[in-house]
Amino acid sequence: MYVIIVGGGKVGYYLTKSLLEAGHEVLVIEREPRKCAILTDELGANALQGDGCDVASMTEAGMSRAEVVVAVTGDDEDNLVACQVARHKFNVPRTIARINNPKNERIFRKLGIDVTVSSTELILSQIERVIPSESLVHLLTLRNVGISFVELTVPADSPALGRPLRELGIPDDCILPLVIRGGNEAIIPYGDTLLQRGDQVIAVTSEASEASLHRIIQG
Amino acid sequence: MRIVILGCGRMGAHLAKLLTAGHHEVTVVDSDGAAFARLGMGFPGRLVVGNGIDEDVLRRAGIEQAEAFVAVTNWDNTNVMAAQVARDIFGVARVICRIYDPLQEAIYRELGLETICPTLWGVNRIQEILVR
Repeated sequence: MYVIIVGGGKVGYYLTKSLLEAGHEVLVIEREPRKCAILTDELGANALQGDGCDVASMTEAGMSRAEVVVAVTGDDEDNLVACQVARHKFNVPRTIARINNPKNERIFRKLGIDVTVSSTELILSQIERVIPSESLVHLLTLRNVGISFVELTVPADSPALGRPLRELGIPDDCILPLVIRGGNEAIIPYGDTLLQRGDQVIAVTSEASEASLHRIIQG
Repeated sequence: MRIVILGCGRMGAHLAKLLTAGHHEVTVVDSDGAAFARLGMGFPGRLVVGNGIDEDVLRRAGIEQAEAFVAVTNWDNTNVMAAQVARDIFGVARVICRIYDPLQEAIYRELGLETICPTLWGVNRIQEILVR
């Protein structure tokens, strides 16, 4: 697969190396001549000095036969334009943009970028995971179908204690595939399973039912 | 008319002064507060310091009530993104975007942005003068 990467900073550099190791054809475009010279030293003809938003540089890079364009500069506006020009001028089928301001995710999606990756958002979600007060933790969110995998720890004063699962009124669009007890015992729960204090409940839930699930298990 | 101008360079500042003189309600946004010096003393419009592709900054500039948005920073990509945010996120009725690069301008014009390219105008005009 021919992949063009716009932006030869740290993300662009390591991405290029990983994709080359995986056997793909890769070209990284870096605007700044000094930075590009360092890339060329190591990557040879896989690095090109030029402006990844500029039609001339993109033509030189062979943009029209690229299957994927990944824009990973530190500036959201540059990443947006690189992806839009790749898509509309060169008909690149798949465009991926890094976004620095998490609020731009909505904008990028609306403007037709296929995938966005936000390191700020990723770090935020990791912080959320270790804050104890945030007792419903998002493990994975599938945004386009509105489904989340979440983890809830059963507190000492949980309203769910002492009653089997089937009596808790868990919403229909919410299933509990796994309970981890004592940190090492995996239980596949059924309707008659009783939760205990400290159990980690893994649930698959619609976004709409998240709040009810939280109330049922954590009060 | 309520107008938000992004970029207080020579073009942005001059345009802002002309429009306020014509009794329009103008807000000028620039990431560099020092740029507002170009507006001179007693400029009657509003000034907002901030990054023009940031939704929150645009909101502070009153884009939700604006009838027109003009993107004239020195960076084509900033103008292109800000113009699309104004049009597609905030639904501003009239959006004008300056793009120096003629090739990029052609692409975004095709995508439905109202664009101006001073480079092309200059080139055409100079050619006209020279070959007349």
